[in-house]
Amino acid sequence: MDIDINIKVKVWRQKGPKEKGRFETYGLKNISQGSSFLEMMDILNEQLINEGKEPVVFDHDCREGICGICSLYIDGYPHGPDEDITTCQLHMRKFNEGDTITVEPWRSAGFPIIKDLMVDRTSFDKIIQAGGYVSVNTGGAPDANSIPIPRHDAEAAMDSAACIGCGACVAACKNGSAMLFVAAKVTQLALLPQGRAEAKKRAKSMVAKMDELGFGNCTNTGACEVECPKNIAITDIARLNYEFLNAKIRD
Amino acid sequence: MHWLINSTIGRKFVMSISGLFLILFLLFHMSMNLVLVFSLDAYDQVTQFLGANWYAVVASLILAAGFIVHILYASILTLQNQKARGKDKYAVKNTKDASWSSKNMYVLGFVVLSFLVLHMIQFWYEMQFKELFGMEGAINRGSELIVPLFKQPLYVIVYLIAFVALWLHLTHGFWSALHTVGWNNTIWMKRLKNISYVVATIIVAGFTVIPIYVYFFVPSPF
Ligand code: HEM
Ligand code: SF4
Ligand code: FES
Repeated sequence: MDIDINIKVKVWRQKGPKEKGRFETYGLKNISQGSSFLEMMDILNEQLINEGKEPVVFDHDCREGICGICSLYIDGYPHGPDEDITTCQLHMRKFNEGDTITVEPWRSAGFPIIKDLMVDRTSFDKIIQAGGYVSVNTGGAPDANSIPIPRHDAEAAMDSAACIGCGACVAACKNGSAMLFVAAKVTQLALLPQGRAEAKKRAKSMVAKMDELGFGNCTNTGACEVECPKNIAITDIARLNYEFLNAKIRD
Repeated sequence: MHWLINSTIGRKFVMSISGLFLILFLLFHMSMNLVLVFSLDAYDQVTQFLGANWYAVVASLILAAGFIVHILYASILTLQNQKARGKDKYAVKNTKDASWSSKNMYVLGFVVLSFLVLHMIQFWYEMQFKELFGMEGAINRGSELIVPLFKQPLYVIVYLIAFVALWLHLTHGFWSALHTVGWNNTIWMKRLKNISYVVATIIVAGFTVIPIYVYFFVPSPF
């Protein structure tokens, strides 16, 4: 049963990208376990404002696990200590009376800190702009079965398309690698006939952009797939490797 | 061919191919060693055959190149990855998500490398190097080196420690190498990981037999 708990939150505070950051610990009383983690952060901010202090900056938008903007590295886990959810779907039920919860930003050279817990993830947009699309006007929706696609491919493409671009994979990776994200984007299109036409060009240009932005080299540790809120599997990375090597060797 | 250096997947490709090549070498080396368990004389014939002949020298050079490429790329990748991770470390470490060996390939590789240096001094220098450069006391009967060495418990233990590191390196390395060249999918993932354990265990068990067999079962030369 949900009860009200008293907790401490140890939050990373950093004034700006160049500023030196540090942890601050705040006490919170009577937080309902039925509330969400971000509601708890809202309560913390209200408390800070009432005390005349600066509220903690963090990213959030849809608060229902679809937009991919929320982040937060909570007690050692991107998106917190629960499975297959985003931070906005995390509940205070996961925590107990007297806990000290450590909240950190995504830490990776590819995601510089803007302020407090907010990081700059525009590098992901740049990778998408490098080729994560089909460059024809699709027009109106075509007849459902006009292009036959094997069921297995359609399902696998849909699974990969579930990626919301949150960056938890990069945050979890000891190498700061963005391979899971790029692999999901490449896979989603490589499996479908509409995406096939540009598959080689796409794999090459998205990987080149990822390299240019300074993301690390994947060593297949698999930490990313454990933390991905959308269950993207590292077998997508094998497919990206295949698509890329295939494109390069045929050049 | 710039992409083998400039692109992350290109670099990984080199890592994978050089790693798989080294695994092939280990399989060959291990089978050759096992001859010793059946007959010291037969083993000595093998080592005499592989002395400083041109084919053995060429094979050694190719092998050395394989090691150098693998180690060089390992160092480049590790440095780049540390930079990509950034200076700020997480206050709360995550130890659960990934296996220890997958996160410590460089450390494990370094243990293997240190062992390699010792091993080269103890065998390669005495056998091929001395013969190649016409130095005094070149040995071409392998057993003259192996038996006295593994009668010393210290070296048995040092070799065993290196084999453990190698085992850990290979349990992650083998499937990872195939994943890197794109040969993996949801069905093969589990199989490849299991095959990885089998391959690593066969190689390491084959090597482990030698010092233990010599220590316990070969008559002491002293
Ligand atoms: C007999 C010796 C060795 C064998 C058979 C071997 C084999 C392998 C294999 C198969 C991989 C996987 C490649 C991949 O993930 O695509 C690998 C990765 C690696 N090896 Fe080795 N290795 C050996 C020695 C070394 C040494 C001496 C070092 C370094 C000092 C080293 C450092 C690494 C590193 C850092 C990786 C991970 C790199 C990555 O996944 O991108 N290895 N090794
Ligand atoms: S692959 Fe998963 S963890 Fe990475 S950005 Fe996409 S949804 Fe987030
Ligand atoms: S706020 Fe949109 S996914 Fe969490």
